[in-house]
Amino acid sequence: MNLLRLSLNLLRRDWRAGEWRVLLLALVLAVGSLATVGLFADRVRQALQQEATSLIGADLRITSTRPLPSVYRNSAQARGLQTVESRSFLSMVSFREQTLLSEIQAVEAGYPLRGKIVIDPPSPPAPLPLAGEGSSGGIPAPGTVWADDRLLRRLEVRVGDEVNIGTQRFVVAARIVKDIDQSVGFSSFAPRVLMNVQDLAATGLQQEGSRITYRLMVAGEAAQVAALRDELKAKLSGNERLEDVRDARPEIRSALERAEHFLGLAALTAAILAGAAILLAARRFVQRHLDTCAVMRCLGAQQGQVLRLFLYQFLMLGLFAVLLGCALGYATQAVLISFVEVMRDSALPQPGVLPAIKAAASGFALLLGFAFLPLLQLRKVSPLRVLRRELGAPQPNILLAYGLAVLVLAALFLWHAGSLELGFAVLAGLLAGLAVFGGLAWLILRGLVLRGLGRYVPDLASHWRHALNNLVRHVRNNALQVVALALGGMALLLLTLVRGDLLQGWQDKLPPDAPNRFVVNIQPDQMQPVLDFFARERLPPPQLQPMVRGRLVAINDIPVNGDSYPEPRARGLVEREFNLSYMERMPEWNELVQGEWWQVRGLRTEDGGLNGGELSVEEGIARTLGIYLGDMLTYDVGATPFTARVTSLRKVQWDSMRANFFVIATPELLSDFPASYLTSFYLPPDKVRAGDALAREFPNVLVIDTGAIIAQVRHIMDQITQVMGAVFLFTLLSGFAVLYAALLATQDERTFEAAVLRTLGADGRYLRRLHLAEFTVLGGLSGLFAAAGAVLLGWVLARFVLEIPYQSSAVIWPIGVLGGIATVALAGWLGTRRLSVLPPLAILRE
Amino acid sequence: MAAIVQAVELTKQVLSGDQPLTILHHASFAVEAGESLAILGASGSGKSTLLGLLAGLDVPSSGSVLLNGMDLFALDEDGRARLRGELAGFVFQSFQLLPALSALENVMLPLELRGAADAYARAEVSLRQVGLSARVHHLPKHLSGGEQQRVALARAFVTQPKILFADEPTGNLDAATGSQIIELMLELNRAQGTTLILVTHDEALARRCRKQLRLVAGRVE
Repeated sequence: MNLLRLSLNLLRRDWRAGEWRVLLLALVLAVGSLATVGLFADRVRQALQQEATSLIGADLRITSTRPLPSVYRNSAQARGLQTVESRSFLSMVSFREQTLLSEIQAVEAGYPLRGKIVIDPPSPPAPLPLAGEGSSGGIPAPGTVWADDRLLRRLEVRVGDEVNIGTQRFVVAARIVKDIDQSVGFSSFAPRVLMNVQDLAATGLQQEGSRITYRLMVAGEAAQVAALRDELKAKLSGNERLEDVRDARPEIRSALERAEHFLGLAALTAAILAGAAILLAARRFVQRHLDTCAVMRCLGAQQGQVLRLFLYQFLMLGLFAVLLGCALGYATQAVLISFVEVMRDSALPQPGVLPAIKAAASGFALLLGFAFLPLLQLRKVSPLRVLRRELGAPQPNILLAYGLAVLVLAALFLWHAGSLELGFAVLAGLLAGLAVFGGLAWLILRGLVLRGLGRYVPDLASHWRHALNNLVRHVRNNALQVVALALGGMALLLLTLVRGDLLQGWQDKLPPDAPNRFVVNIQPDQMQPVLDFFARERLPPPQLQPMVRGRLVAINDIPVNGDSYPEPRARGLVEREFNLSYMERMPEWNELVQGEWWQVRGLRTEDGGLNGGELSVEEGIARTLGIYLGDMLTYDVGATPFTARVTSLRKVQWDSMRANFFVIATPELLSDFPASYLTSFYLPPDKVRAGDALAREFPNVLVIDTGAIIAQVRHIMDQITQVMGAVFLFTLLSGFAVLYAALLATQDERTFEAAVLRTLGADGRYLRRLHLAEFTVLGGLSGLFAAAGAVLLGWVLARFVLEIPYQSSAVIWPIGVLGGIATVALAGWLGTRRLSVLPPLAILRE
Repeated sequence: MAAIVQAVELTKQVLSGDQPLTILHHASFAVEAGESLAILGASGSGKSTLLGLLAGLDVPSSGSVLLNGMDLFALDEDGRARLRGELAGFVFQSFQLLPALSALENVMLPLELRGAADAYARAEVSLRQVGLSARVHHLPKHLSGGEQQRVALARAFVTQPKILFADEPTGNLDAATGSQIIELMLELNRAQGTTLILVTHDEALARRCRKQLRLVAGRVE
């Protein structure tokens, strides 16, 4: 069609004249950053997932205390998934005179499906042939076992020695250096021994009534795994559990979710900035094409023709920019991956096209959302403008224009943030921030401050007076420019100053001395001896927390049991005993989300009765079991029931590596029940033997080593921290694009004014000073707002995404203001310096 | 001969502050096909307003304009644009060339808007007629004022319009260049039998038109 050809011609000609540069730059950066973030995040997820699945040795795991029906395995195999089974149980391992309770895991060839068990020596004698892709470095040969450090240390066994398990003797063929498939919980307190499943029958340990945990592990194509998961969910019986890495590891789930949120936010920041740059660029484009439209209308072009003419151009440019942006995204994520060590070594599959398509679609949405309404303005340009140039641009429907932009942003936010709550929170915060800053900028520029300065300070240099008057005269555009500059500046400050604080704060959540040992089952009469042991070993005194086991039997006097809940997880929770604790003060790593923590009132009322007991419940379990604030819960502790009211709900940081309880009671409620005690502490590497000594001195006490999990979580945090820096680079560039577009937005007007002033006798020096004065005010104001925005956003991120306390450093304010002045003045000077050199007519003729 | 342009009781009021200000009072006149009409008057007398109304670039407060027998203001904005595209050519004091387009592309523009397939060839011919064959690929900013106005003339005549609206076509040019442009315009006008409606305050130029219409404070004298 002719119009399309004409559009192409106009695009080509405008391109030649440099009209499209800013818009193209903004769009390429937008799509480029979204594509980079999307593609990169995709691969980060893959890498993290890969890392995390190695913890359970599979993508999905079905665990049961009874043999698993073969239909599960058949189902998985029918979907083309790899499967492997294992059985684990507790048994004594003996060597010479000593015995040690250990967790024996009998595995079949192919185990583990994900990750790798690292052993020493690396090639044990006569390993079994490997099975399946991506599998381990083998499993113990029949007649041999692999044992972990704890066992070797405590029994003083060396590789090559023979140990007894059940009725059978086994050669310890290797030491397990790096293990997988440990379940964190109180069942895995013991040292681990890996044996071949073929030997299990000979040990005589697998008998009727033996407590054996059966596991079916599944791995393969993600979609098939998900489908199997959905299929099995409905079939599971009460004693069967379905776990993927997220279920199995609350600590790692937390870290993964935070990483995803953080990356999502990086993408959002890039989208907002790109939107702002596109909006500014589109406004400028419209301003510069008013005459063109008027002439076209005069020459007979109809409104629809004008609109289509420009729309086609925008779409063609959009297509070009989107392709360029996607290519840039692919290239950048490849470069980034080569920089991040753990990802480079992970041999990740290539990223999918989906993130690129998502980025491309987002790019078009941004382009149309932010540029379409300015374009509609062009349609309405009066042809009379050819005779009367003073006719300005037609007034846009502001509500519609910004409404559409907000709608597009909202949709993108929801899409990219993947969380309604987060998306809306960020969007609402952003809009409120923009409105407040815009309003403030308008008020300040309008005259409360500047007009007063201009009028009432008698000694003000003339260029300053002139500059202030200029700022007041174009208050609307200047306020908009301040907000746009502040937005760009905020991104820069957030990424440079605040980011470091945030990531540091996040990593500090898991300090180097985070607890790495759990000690459970300390009896009341062992409390003092345990404390003495710690003192003797020069370890800080541990905080011993009481633990009472009880079963939930009624909520608000309505009996509950497994049948009350359709969901397996809820069923499982009700069917087993809870670990209840009691304490006076809430642990500092818990957070109150509803209700109030109790005041200590003493154990007994005056007449000797129990003071009304209260309960505090973890919010997640409350949601699962349908428990609300004010509910009366009845627990059965060793056949003695007690009932108390839920007076608070808590949020628990599962990645705090400390003892956490689903339900905490007031001391008066539980102190009369038999309790055991538990604690967590940090055992420095040079005192590892103290842990073993503790286990030896108190044989009934279980010492659980959580060091491996801590290392894993810290490793994930380290990876994410590296990734953040790289991903934010793009957001940083988008921030610069906004700055650039904001400065260009007023360039034409400034150019024209400078030419007129030159004509009227202003010399180059005066113009330079005038511009510098204006840019100083604009830069200072925008820097101030940028700092405020960055601090605010930093606080929001800390509070709601990373869940860490945030303290901004005061240095952000002077850096914001001075940086704003320096950046804007420098950029402004670069943009306007030629105006003080060129003859005015040359400027006007352009 | 039938009137190709007819103004009937054309009035334009605008708001000046809160007060209505009449800038054109009940102007009625007719121009026959092939005629030339000069609209004269001092600055602010309403000349450009009248021209804008005659070409349908603006809408009157009351009254009507018939172009080639069609009531301009019975049409909507797009209808008027279509009619302009079919009937009218324009020459402006400030040339109004699109800065991003070369001389040739500027001349091609009205043809392209109509979907003409031979826009390039016709634009070349038109530029040759105004003596700019050597500068077809220059951008407006690289052309002198006189040359720019020649490009504007080429653009105005390339569609062989029935009516040419010219708004102070020599206002931005020196006397010598201005008179060359006028000669060229009148010659093209004669050659194509175009009706010319010209706004000017140059009495000498006005006398070269067959009819003169003088505006004083918005009233036709």
